[in-house]
Amino acid sequence: MVHAMQHSLNGSTLKPGEVQLEVQDVKLRFGGVTALAGVSLTVKQSEIIAIIGPNGAGKTSLLNCISGLYRPQEGRITFHNRGEAYELTQLPPHQIAKVGVARSFQNIELFKHMTVLENLLAGCHVHMKTNIFQAALYWGKAQREEIAYRKFVEEIIDLLEIESIRKKTVGTLSYGLQKRVELGRALAMQPAILLLDEPMAGMNTEEKEDMARFILDVNEEHGVTIVLIEHDMGVVMDISDHVVVLDFGRKIGDGTPDEVRKNPRVIEAYLGEEAGSFSLF
Amino acid sequence: MESGIFHSSYEKDMALRHTPIEKARLALVILFLLVFPFVADNYWLNLANTIGVVAIGAIGLNILTGFTGQISLGQGAFLAVGAYTAALMSIHMGAPMWLTIPAGAITTAIIGAIFGIPSLRLKGLYLAIATLAAQEIIIWVITHWDAVTGGVDALNTKNYLWFGDDHHFFTEFQFYWIILALAALVTIASVNIFRTRIGRAFIAIRDQDIAAEVMGINLFKYKMLAFATSSFFVGLAGALIAHWRQIVTWERFTIEVSIFYLAVIIIGGLGSVSGSIYGAIFMVMLPAMLNNLGRALSGVVPGMDAIIPFIQQAVFGVVIILFLIFEPEGINKMWKNIRDYFRLWPFSY
Repeated sequence: MVHAMQHSLNGSTLKPGEVQLEVQDVKLRFGGVTALAGVSLTVKQSEIIAIIGPNGAGKTSLLNCISGLYRPQEGRITFHNRGEAYELTQLPPHQIAKVGVARSFQNIELFKHMTVLENLLAGCHVHMKTNIFQAALYWGKAQREEIAYRKFVEEIIDLLEIESIRKKTVGTLSYGLQKRVELGRALAMQPAILLLDEPMAGMNTEEKEDMARFILDVNEEHGVTIVLIEHDMGVVMDISDHVVVLDFGRKIGDGTPDEVRKNPRVIEAYLGEEAGSFSLF
Repeated sequence: MESGIFHSSYEKDMALRHTPIEKARLALVILFLLVFPFVADNYWLNLANTIGVVAIGAIGLNILTGFTGQISLGQGAFLAVGAYTAALMSIHMGAPMWLTIPAGAITTAIIGAIFGIPSLRLKGLYLAIATLAAQEIIIWVITHWDAVTGGVDALNTKNYLWFGDDHHFFTEFQFYWIILALAALVTIASVNIFRTRIGRAFIAIRDQDIAAEVMGINLFKYKMLAFATSSFFVGLAGALIAHWRQIVTWERFTIEVSIFYLAVIIIGGLGSVSGSIYGAIFMVMLPAMLNNLGRALSGVVPGMDAIIPFIQQAVFGVVIILFLIFEPEGINKMWKNIRDYFRLWPFSY
């Protein structure tokens, strides 16, 4: 039986449709290589935005800039939450997590010796308050906090239908389940915005359908904004409200799935010149 | 044999022990530890005390190296910081043991955190070399800062109960209780730490530091915390050694000690509190048992006494190699496998 969650997964204070994330003219270079050559985009609260583009277009680089792993040389990334505008290019990654940005990785980066439960609880880190002395005693407050967050994490486990593996060590799980756990760990952060780097890569159709359903659940039931990198165009066109196309570090398309589909520059980037007669999507 | 574990609350599910058998096993261990000193002679008490002190130090090292993934070759020097702090406080200030032992632990925690700063930039072998530098620097300071540490001369620790007290000579029996109590506290505290967000942050840093950072774990803060927590326990072991052995000399805290402790946690089980204890038991008992064996054989095989030390070294090496090959996860994993076998027996599917 599906029952409503007691906790919200959404850590944003904005109303749907308000501007949440503004990326302005971000330029990122590694030595002589330009990864991002002035990318701008706007993400509104509670939408699903897909970033697509050929390999090496700079999609993951852009996500890394947003989550603070890369520092762009130029440009601004402004994030709105709790009545404040945070300049993400100035914050270290752990602070960015604290203000409400969660993400998953292209190559699963779970804590592989921990159980599923522990991975999800690790996602709750920023919300928990136990210090080392309380931890050593594990009495009263520390224990109550652990139990309270266990309840919260169990709701995510129910949502993602991973009850049967909650005590399994993550390293022993199949690829598809690990991807699901990684989504769970990001959700455990109660994010205001969720950055998903190829959440469906390497999955079969059924697993992709499940994952798409979870992403839609999180977005529709909880209103969490989702930024998604994905190569499966079927999925992208079906679930996203808004698609941004990158190629060689530049934005070549931005709009609804239909607009992007008809954009000649996008078709050119994907299929080369004179490809007008092919139907891409 | 049980058919399953059926919990009705998260609190029960999160308890450390679930079945009556597990609880009975713990009760047996406690009973043994309480009865043991009354039946053991001084030789066995000395061995038990050695195990206790090594276990405390090994738990400390395991928190840093096994759980947080920061390799440390500075264990010997950190033990020395705890031991010298306690010894010097008792000699120069007449400070009682209940003050010198915690002070030794806290001083070591601070020194350990300072030497942990390079860990923000260095990983793996590079960090090992940096902690090797810590080992050498600390021992160099101890042997050269004559005015404070007495240089290469040994210090005679005083065991006071109060300020202005006379020196007490504690027997092995009396020290057994002090060491046991502290070892129990350290074990409980460490196990508890790894039930909470702090311990999860440590393990997260070991398993996947970039993901940990993106999850909101401040790498610098938690690496420093791991160094401090680890060094606190190591310093505690050092201070205990100072009072128990009553002689503190730098020669007991060399790089060989650091390597011995690494062997303890590798054989016991990296990333396991109980593994640290199993490792301590194994690594203290093995040479002692080899000694006894040699002495027993010396009547039969002439000249055995002379070659025992060499055999000891060789067996040590062989044992470590065998563990790395056959059970890299250590005694803790072996014990787990045995438990699982009997828990599921005779239907192991």
